[in-house]
Amino acid sequence: MFGVFASIVDGILVGAVYGLAAMGITLIWGVMDVVNLTHGTLIVAGMFALYILTSALGVPIYLTLLPIFVGGFLLGLALYWIAVHRMVGRPPLMSLLSTFSVNLVLIGIGTAVWGTRLFNVAVTLPGVSVERYTFPGTHILAAVLTAAIAGALYLFLYSTRLGKAIRAVANNREAAELVGIPTTRVLSLAFGLGCALACVSGMLIGTMFPFTLLSGDTYQLKSFVVTALGGLGNPTGALLGGISLGLIEGLETPFMPVSWTLVIEFAIFVAVLIAFPSGIFRRRRS
Amino acid sequence: MTALLVVENLTKRFGGLLAVDKLSFDIETHEILGLIGPNGAGKSTVFNLVNGVFAADEGRVVFDGHDVTGMPPYRIAHLGLARTHQIVQPLTAMTVLENCTVGACFGRENLSISRAREAAREAAELVDLADRLSVTAAQLTIAGKKRLELARALSARPTLLLLDEVLAGLNPTEVEHMIGVMRRIRERGVTILIIEHLMQAIMSLSDRIVVLNSGRKLAEGKPAEVANNPAVVEAYLGDPALAAELHGH
Amino acid sequence: MTVLQVPATAQRATLIGRPFFWIIALVIAVFAAAPTIGNDVELRESLLLAAVYITLASNLNIMLGYCGYINFGSIVFFGLGGYITVYLLNTRGWPLGGALLAAGFAVSALALLFGLGILRLRGAFFALSTIGINEAVQAFAENFEPWGGSAGIYLSTELFQPLGGPARALWIIYYLLVGVMGLSLYLSYAIKNSKFGLGLLAIGQNEDAAGVLGVPTPFYKAIAYSISAFLPAIAGGLYFFKSAFIQPSDAFDLTLSTEAIVIVMLGGQGSIAGPALGAYLYEELRGWLLTSETFANFQLVVAGTLLLAIVLFTPGGLMGWLYGRWPRLRKVLE
Repeated sequence: MFGVFASIVDGILVGAVYGLAAMGITLIWGVMDVVNLTHGTLIVAGMFALYILTSALGVPIYLTLLPIFVGGFLLGLALYWIAVHRMVGRPPLMSLLSTFSVNLVLIGIGTAVWGTRLFNVAVTLPGVSVERYTFPGTHILAAVLTAAIAGALYLFLYSTRLGKAIRAVANNREAAELVGIPTTRVLSLAFGLGCALACVSGMLIGTMFPFTLLSGDTYQLKSFVVTALGGLGNPTGALLGGISLGLIEGLETPFMPVSWTLVIEFAIFVAVLIAFPSGIFRRRRS
Repeated sequence: MTALLVVENLTKRFGGLLAVDKLSFDIETHEILGLIGPNGAGKSTVFNLVNGVFAADEGRVVFDGHDVTGMPPYRIAHLGLARTHQIVQPLTAMTVLENCTVGACFGRENLSISRAREAAREAAELVDLADRLSVTAAQLTIAGKKRLELARALSARPTLLLLDEVLAGLNPTEVEHMIGVMRRIRERGVTILIIEHLMQAIMSLSDRIVVLNSGRKLAEGKPAEVANNPAVVEAYLGDPALAAELHGH
Repeated sequence: MTVLQVPATAQRATLIGRPFFWIIALVIAVFAAAPTIGNDVELRESLLLAAVYITLASNLNIMLGYCGYINFGSIVFFGLGGYITVYLLNTRGWPLGGALLAAGFAVSALALLFGLGILRLRGAFFALSTIGINEAVQAFAENFEPWGGSAGIYLSTELFQPLGGPARALWIIYYLLVGVMGLSLYLSYAIKNSKFGLGLLAIGQNEDAAGVLGVPTPFYKAIAYSISAFLPAIAGGLYFFKSAFIQPSDAFDLTLSTEAIVIVMLGGQGSIAGPALGAYLYEELRGWLLTSETFANFQLVVAGTLLLAIVLFTPGGLMGWLYGRWPRLRKVLE
């Protein structure tokens, strides 16, 4: 019985990181009504960067967080100017296709150069043992770091000028422009930030689980399920949604073969969206 | 005369905001009813409630004897209700004729494509767009797009037409022209519910006026009565220019 | 802005009277005749692949080009149609015609069912749900014993006997596929010129406005989704029957539906000639790439770059560009 409980708690820890990933999606979507289909690949990029930095360059594992964040941000800026800038304001179909096509290119190049083998980053960290179950240290630290990053994001959005500019543009782009906010710059920064969050969440996931260059799809799906649960444009909702998903996964794993997990998550995704088009944790905007 | 549209105790909340508060009014067949009120009074919300875009929290909407509360917009359109939008919604890549054909095909009469094209041409002629039938909607000027919005709604041969600020953004000549069009529409037997900020226009066009303020009905009656109603003047006092317009200065 | 090819306005001629009807007939005739004359098996195989692409792209166009909904997982119709056909042929002993029709109707019915659910979702959520459906069906196929699980089903060559032996069967399958391709083109043509099609196009332009105008959007979308499943399912049945082997990883491989999307955008979404032209171009490009050493692994990279370029610079695709350059073409092509 304790096994199930432990599984749930562990699920919550991991789920928090999924929430962090989802914040990347929801931020971009909330600000510019664009769904970033390179999201999964950015998560994998974070994982892969972790691997390269630690194995080839010997950087201490958790010190890679900052460079990966910055790298992800810069990559996001580039992606914005290549694929997104001209799509803002156009029918959503167009931005879906543009980010989708960039994703194809990135995955194609990545797999051509580095293949589809399994990568694993070995992290030795003492865990917390309760009864017969050990909560992995990596999971705990990842959840803690997630909380820290989420907190920093919240501070940024609500207490800094740039953060407020982002929220203004998200709320009403034309009005923001009239007030003198350089919307294009803000949009690109928001997109970069969303990508940085995706990469960092990938790095944290990489400390916990092995991955291949094709793992992006799975984590992208999880991010979308979290967004469905937590509602759009809502960082708190994303975190809560992530924890919920983690909880659900924790409940599943003792009882179900792994191959059905994805199918169940998709079923949840569709069911939740049909029942709650704005997400379960959506904060009501008046 | 039986009322074509009956709105009873209509209420709509958005989160903490009460946008429409127990609103009731009737529209008689063949009349032009004007809906006025300061900005944010809830006028467009009323339109969205009547044609099914928003679901009412309380109250009923009865159109042509049918209770349409909670029906999706397309079913209400089939019953003979058409509307224009404050921010025009053209089908951008389609031509004027095609836009109107869509309206005619899926409106009250459920016409075939060829019949619908004829109805579309008639509607386009009524608003003087007949010379631009093969122009893509995207290429029209704002005035043209407004005419298209109107023509498309007319193509459905509705019994009730909801007009949401058709005159906004037009220059005086265009306004004159549109007012003429609206009179012609009424002559054809269409009942009209109109939202407008151009006071002179709406006062001269409407048979009766309903004044909305903060979601509630403030006054109702003939244009002259309403213009002299102290409560109405006070509601507009926030905008003295508008209050002056009310009195025809 | 996308260039949408909508029905030409002053049409007095019926569907059969218009030039494009006969252009489609010509294409079908060429496909049927070209490899037959001279018994050219290599040409037949390459045209067969083209016919599959054209079928998938034309039917995808109904959702993507007309309604503006991206179906990332459209391969599920093809794969599921393949599985049902192969299963009925191999395990149940059904005749080919019956198996194909059963597959077509079964997949359409399922599409209608699922469509009514997921078509309530807008944009990206719908697109992602289509992937989910594909994954779910693949997971099902991998775990369903009567379908061979992840090992799949091998067809015995005896099944080719009723058709006159393997060699002759391959020709018959080819002609049937050309027929399916032709039907797909005619279906796009008929829909686009119908009231139903006009409604779909309106949905694609502005779904909310279309609803206000009276277009019964939830039903039209679901019907379009269901119709777009029928012919790809039959094509799948024919394709996997010909291969005499089907397994989940092939049948539900998202690469093919991704390529179909690129083809539709390349040719010109919303047009009828577009998917066909796009399929032809893409197949040529792909064939060339596969023979070149350096590019063999870069298939998806090329597809992605191509799609990005189209979306950024010529959203109307090839047909959009042609119509821009030679407006008179609109009278002949659609």
